[in-house]
Amino acid sequence: MSVNPLDVPDVTEPYQPRSGQRGTGWLTGPLQLGLTPSATVGPYLAIGLTWPDGTWAAEEGAEGGFWIRGRVFDGAGEVVPDAMVETWQADPEGGFPSPEDPRGASSYPGFRGYARAQTSTGEFGIFTLKPGRVPDGHGGLQSPHVDVSVFARGLLDRVVTRIYFADEAEANAEDVVLRSLPDDAARQTLLATPGEDGYTLDIRLQGERETVFFAV
Amino acid sequence: MTGTTSSGLHLPGYQREDPATRTPIGSAGYRSTALRAPLRTPVDLPQRLTEITGPVLGEDRIRPGDADLTLRNGGEAVGQRILVYGRVLDSSGRPVPDALVEVWQANASGRYRHVVDTFPAPLDPHFDGLGRVVTDSLGRYEFMTIKPGAYPWGNHHNAWRPAHIHFSLFGRAFPQRLVTQMYFPDDPLFGQDPIFNAIPAAARHRAISRYDLERTQDNWALAFEWNIVLRGRDQTPFETEDDGDVA
Repeated sequence: MSVNPLDVPDVTEPYQPRSGQRGTGWLTGPLQLGLTPSATVGPYLAIGLTWPDGTWAAEEGAEGGFWIRGRVFDGAGEVVPDAMVETWQADPEGGFPSPEDPRGASSYPGFRGYARAQTSTGEFGIFTLKPGRVPDGHGGLQSPHVDVSVFARGLLDRVVTRIYFADEAEANAEDVVLRSLPDDAARQTLLATPGEDGYTLDIRLQGERETVFFAV
Repeated sequence: MTGTTSSGLHLPGYQREDPATRTPIGSAGYRSTALRAPLRTPVDLPQRLTEITGPVLGEDRIRPGDADLTLRNGGEAVGQRILVYGRVLDSSGRPVPDALVEVWQANASGRYRHVVDTFPAPLDPHFDGLGRVVTDSLGRYEFMTIKPGAYPWGNHHNAWRPAHIHFSLFGRAFPQRLVTQMYFPDDPLFGQDPIFNAIPAAARHRAISRYDLERTQDNWALAFEWNIVLRGRDQTPFETEDDGDVA
């Protein structure tokens, strides 16, 4: 049974469940607070979520830097002009600038790893570096990939997908996540193709070629 | 999900959301979801290094004054001043310190400062509706703002959004990312709002703040408390089924 977040006692006291929550006298499971439910980002996300440096996962001019561009399509094939796309990825050496990485936080110069871009011009664009390969937990390495969250009016929660790179065919063939997908058509929805100033990949929320979305 | 890498690293995963209380991606009453919410079942993605990490975003995203939305462009916003405060916790009750909290909202008359908002209610030159704060070492946040107005939104005849404030949080790792809306107690508009009602009934109260007389500031501002709970670490006992863990 989960506890109402508002019923958590004051932070200055060590946390204890309130009386009445241990009916048998025995703690039957670890304390569980109910999660705050998600809600849509709505049509006005630009007010709260615009950063002047949002689109830069790597600094402007960073060596090896390129753009990943794409559009977001709805089920009628129309471009979604009020979405936000967020990306998170490893640096070119496979490290993450995050203290949550059990290998330690990396500090690749000029690299943030995170970017957010809105689609108000009809497409998103994030400037980044090619991620390195990251252990897959089964003794192998994942293919270079970018984790993506898409937020928009009409989505009550974010949807999560990944971007892989079409020019990494060998690594992609070994990738544990790509291999878990049912067929090539599904894999194809995640492959960014080399373009003018980097890569392009469109995200399709619905339709025959609906992008593969993940439950994380 | 907990796993072990080839190098023996213990990967602390994050609990999955309970489908009975999580907001679905799409909901029939909310018209915009019809062509946008994906229709296929999402593929399960075990949490690996990319999923258990996340960007470090804190004080350097904040500018002076970001925690007070009532003072912008050299003047005071019109409306009922409110203090909104609370804690950011994970589902095991642990505070989430140094976490970026971004908020945005309509002004007192229910109008957003945004090009696509055409509701004929006045804009306020001293209100832009944007706030940013970082939680302290105990996960606490607070900001001063104006109580947002309700507004019509065309989803159905005479559709009005209950007053709400949008929140965006990162937590410490990718699974903790949350964008949501905070509501006010006893709003008479709850019953007809498909966005509020898309939240499973058992979890709706978690989206509603609580009026707080104690923190209400005499002769100045009402106070509302709202605690935000992000996904916590997986608490299933760690099993060493593959290559022995060294965590």
